[in-house]
Amino acid sequence: MALALQTFATVSDANAALKAAGTRYLGGGTLVVRAANEGDISVTGLVRSTDPTLSGITVSGGKVRIGASVTMAAIARHPELGAIAKAARAVGGPAIRNMATVGGNLFAPAPYGDFAVALLALDASVGTNDGEMPIETFLAGRDGNPAIVTSVSFTLPKADSFRFLKVSRVKPKGVSVLSIAAVPEQAGDGTVSSARIALGCMADRPMRACAAEKALIGQKLDPDGIAAALATAGEGTSPITDPIASAWYRTEVLPVHLGRLLLT
Amino acid sequence: MAKVPIQFTLNGSEKAEFVEGGTTLLHALRDKTGDTSPKGGCHQGTCGACSVIIDGELRLSCLTLAETCSGTDIQTTSGLAEAGVLHPLQRAFLDAFATQCGFCTPGMIMAAKVLLDHTPNPSREDVVEALSGNICRCTGYEPIIQAVLTAARANSQNAA
Ligand SMILES: Cc1cc2nc3c(=O)[nH]c(=O)nc-3n(C[C@H](O)[C@H](O)[C@H](O)COP(=O)(O)OP(=O)(O)OC[C@H]3O[C@@H](n4cnc5c(N)ncnc54)[C@H](O)[C@@H]3O)c2cc1C
Ligand code: FES
Ligand code: FES
Repeated sequence: MALALQTFATVSDANAALKAAGTRYLGGGTLVVRAANEGDISVTGLVRSTDPTLSGITVSGGKVRIGASVTMAAIARHPELGAIAKAARAVGGPAIRNMATVGGNLFAPAPYGDFAVALLALDASVGTNDGEMPIETFLAGRDGNPAIVTSVSFTLPKADSFRFLKVSRVKPKGVSVLSIAAVPEQAGDGTVSSARIALGCMADRPMRACAAEKALIGQKLDPDGIAAALATAGEGTSPITDPIASAWYRTEVLPVHLGRLLLT
Repeated sequence: MAKVPIQFTLNGSEKAEFVEGGTTLLHALRDKTGDTSPKGGCHQGTCGACSVIIDGELRLSCLTLAETCSGTDIQTTSGLAEAGVLHPLQRAFLDAFATQCGFCTPGMIMAAKVLLDHTPNPSREDVVEALSGNICRCTGYEPIIQAVLTAARANSQNAA
């Protein structure tokens, strides 16, 4: 079916065009063009913007800003983003990574959205032309979000404080059984002073493991110290069931993988 | 709907076509330019048979809108042989029995070509990673991995 593509030089013009019924923003197209190929007739028009602010990466003073059109491949090879490269490399195979954008990943429903899981653990802000919002606010309201995401920003973690794990059945590439990102901060004596843990596939979109985060405070990252966190890891989750794994299976293996990640 | 004009370079030749809005690059290449080397296996991004190289990067032509490729440089497997002499990757695939039904082969060769363009002496792990978006239902992959490693060795011997 014919699908009209409109290209705009500025984000504001593209935002205006997106108000028309049946229009969707075109990022890398790995989900939206796939939907059109599969016969999804809810999409009748696509809008994109070539605004250069969408495609830059800036790292300064420990702060990172990534434009929404930046691809997973560009993040994975960026010399200053080594600490989070692993999460970008977890998305798809090489061709998908050359196309898949950060903006699109924020909207990807489970089992996709592995990079958004990392961004949630990093407490990122999501930018639109109306300003920035915390990623949790963005994720909660993304279904009704008509505005183009322009960027994500976060504080670059120390290489050893950002931990990321994607569990898949097909190696090296495969869809997630689940993904976990964790940013535990440790005090001088090795006890955890704060922790953010984000989970993928444990709901329809990335979510935080708040109970496990709390249970880690004041604990050492050893088998005894993390036991309470593992016991509460599944709190508040409602995992998806898909051809990769059932909700039951995801619930069963979550503590196992979280344990491995925290003990590495 | 009005057709959209697109212009790009395909294997070194200038192309200009009119496509309907929403036409994928895969359809534009096969149905408009007549280059049937990219194959449509799934149209979902999962099989890699439609892989092409756009401006030096591996892309899936089934998920790329043709309109977004105006002004780009596109390479496909049909442009690899020069004056009837097969490219070292094509030679190695034939010699290693890395192509059986052949449906995955043009995509595999594109994925292998970008790897060798950037990493002339890849490790086995590099090859597995580079081909990880491409599915083969015939060979069991091992002959393909060996073919890519062989082509890399042949290239570096020629360069020496
Ligand atoms: C074979 C295959 C394997 C995959 N493997 C993985 C994987 O391992 N992990 C993973 O996380 N994902 C995976 N994906 C899903 C997908 O490729 C990624 O999630 C990707 O990041 C989506 O980005 P995109 O730019 O291609 O999105 P698009 O398809 O362009 O867009 C997706 C949705 O987001 C909206 N959108 C995109 N950008 C913006 C923006 N800037 N502002 C507002 N709305 C926007 C679009 O309107 C659309 O609704 C896979 C997909 C395929 C086809
Ligand atoms: S046809 Fe494009 S990936 Fe299968
Ligand atoms: S040779 Fe038949 S699919 Fe690979």
